[in-house]
Amino acid sequence: MSLRLTGASLQHGNGVQALCDVDLSITTGERVAIIGPSGAGKSSLLSLLASALPPSSGSVELLGENPWQLSARARQRLRTRISLIHQAPPLPPRQRVVTAVLAGKLGQWGLGKSLLNLLHPVDIPGARAVLARLDLTDKLFAQCQQLSGGQLQRVGIARALYQSPELLLADEPVSAMDPVLAGHTLNVLCRHAETQGVTLIASLHAVELALAHFPRIIGVRAGRIAFDCPAAEVTPQLLDALYANEQLVSPPAPAATLSLQLPRC
Amino acid sequence: MLSRDTRDPAALPRLLLTVLAIALLWPGIQLAELNPGVLIAGDSQSEMGHFVSAFWPPAHSPDFLQLLLDATLQTLAIATAGMAIALLLAVPAALAASRALSLSAASRGGRPGALGQALRWPVRGLLIFLRSVPEIVWALLFVRAVGLGPTAGVLAIAITYAGMLGKVYAEIFESVDQRPMHVLLQAGSGRLAAFAYGSLPNAAAELTSYTVYRWECAIRASVVMGFVGAGGLGQQIDLSLRMFAGSEVASMLLTFLLLVLLADTLSRVLRGRLA
Repeated sequence: MSLRLTGASLQHGNGVQALCDVDLSITTGERVAIIGPSGAGKSSLLSLLASALPPSSGSVELLGENPWQLSARARQRLRTRISLIHQAPPLPPRQRVVTAVLAGKLGQWGLGKSLLNLLHPVDIPGARAVLARLDLTDKLFAQCQQLSGGQLQRVGIARALYQSPELLLADEPVSAMDPVLAGHTLNVLCRHAETQGVTLIASLHAVELALAHFPRIIGVRAGRIAFDCPAAEVTPQLLDALYANEQLVSPPAPAATLSLQLPRC
Repeated sequence: MLSRDTRDPAALPRLLLTVLAIALLWPGIQLAELNPGVLIAGDSQSEMGHFVSAFWPPAHSPDFLQLLLDATLQTLAIATAGMAIALLLAVPAALAASRALSLSAASRGGRPGALGQALRWPVRGLLIFLRSVPEIVWALLFVRAVGLGPTAGVLAIAITYAGMLGKVYAEIFESVDQRPMHVLLQAGSGRLAAFAYGSLPNAAAELTSYTVYRWECAIRASVVMGFVGAGGLGQQIDLSLRMFAGSEVASMLLTFLLLVLLADTLSRVLRGRLA
């Protein structure tokens, strides 16, 4: 069993209820796509699975351990075995790609090696090899601020692959790429997961990509799991119900009179 | 005149703030006994005129230039040594006083835990204590303790500047984007490594520019402290002023100008390198 959520809810600091009472279990080596409308809670679900955020209630079990019952040190050790690829990877603009990729192994390196790597990259071949799989070798020594959105996403993916985790999570990993590149990149991720026996969970906007690359599909809507079934059983009716948006069909008429209290500035 | 269409709701508050600022400033000028009339009074005018007219040409005898060079090097050494000791104190204190290394903030949407927040207050208090006493007062104290000479200046700069650098470093650490560091922490990285990879690249240019500016301030401060016997250019200026040797004072002021120019250029070069 790779991970299990039991009655997990997540309420953000601003009071938004992102997830309600989610039950989910995924076995080692599975490849799962999470789909659903914007704001459904896909990113929140991935944050829970990455042990980035603690659940407000319920329990999370990752790789056989409950991260929020561990000491901070043990939790950091557990986190080195998990990687979350962000939709827009937050990377310092002046950091070089090689440094950003090698930072994937910071959790496994000691402080001395980490700081040495800032002065001179300790594993240039490793970074080059992982970038080569994503067709980004020519940007090895470029600064992150010189890259486009799609290239930055691939740097984020390269960092996660370099970390070589047991649980690989991805939040809209290909949203800024053209269709061909998006398909290729998802192939790389799936191939990596298959050969290394890694559990791969990705949220995706493009339903056809999800159906093409992932054997199991989870539909999320309004903080709850709407359906959870093999890709072959996903029907147009299920998708219509998942993405139905009453607000867009009939936009509410704007209120006739707005009485705003102007803030003093 | 002000019709409903053109009324700016912020106009009245701005007017009131202006009036308030003037009302507060006026007693300040009174209390400071500022009276520009003194400058154009006959006596002081001729007194200052004599002194300033002796500025040209600046002193440039070989003996004096040798003396000036020694004093300048001593001033630079005081400022640099003081800054180096101040950095040793300021960097750890800034890391401890800010949430730069907070692990709990990474999983709490950027808000650090209550315990960590409570522990930051003593460090902040220490930084406030270090910088609340002006360096000239520390210098007077240390001149009593360790005797006349550069050591007193170095110690005074080290203590005051540790407080200033620590405070501003902590604020720079908190003002940069925290997400790169939080992402690394969430991937299991250690705190210091996550800080070095996530926050430091974004803070580096500002840290450098502030540090070089403070070094420039330290040069000026070491000059001021020279007046109370802490060595360097200040001590020479004090002597020359007492002897009404205007040309020597002029040479030393020109040296200041060069030193500040040097610091400014250094700052610009370093910033350009890091930007």
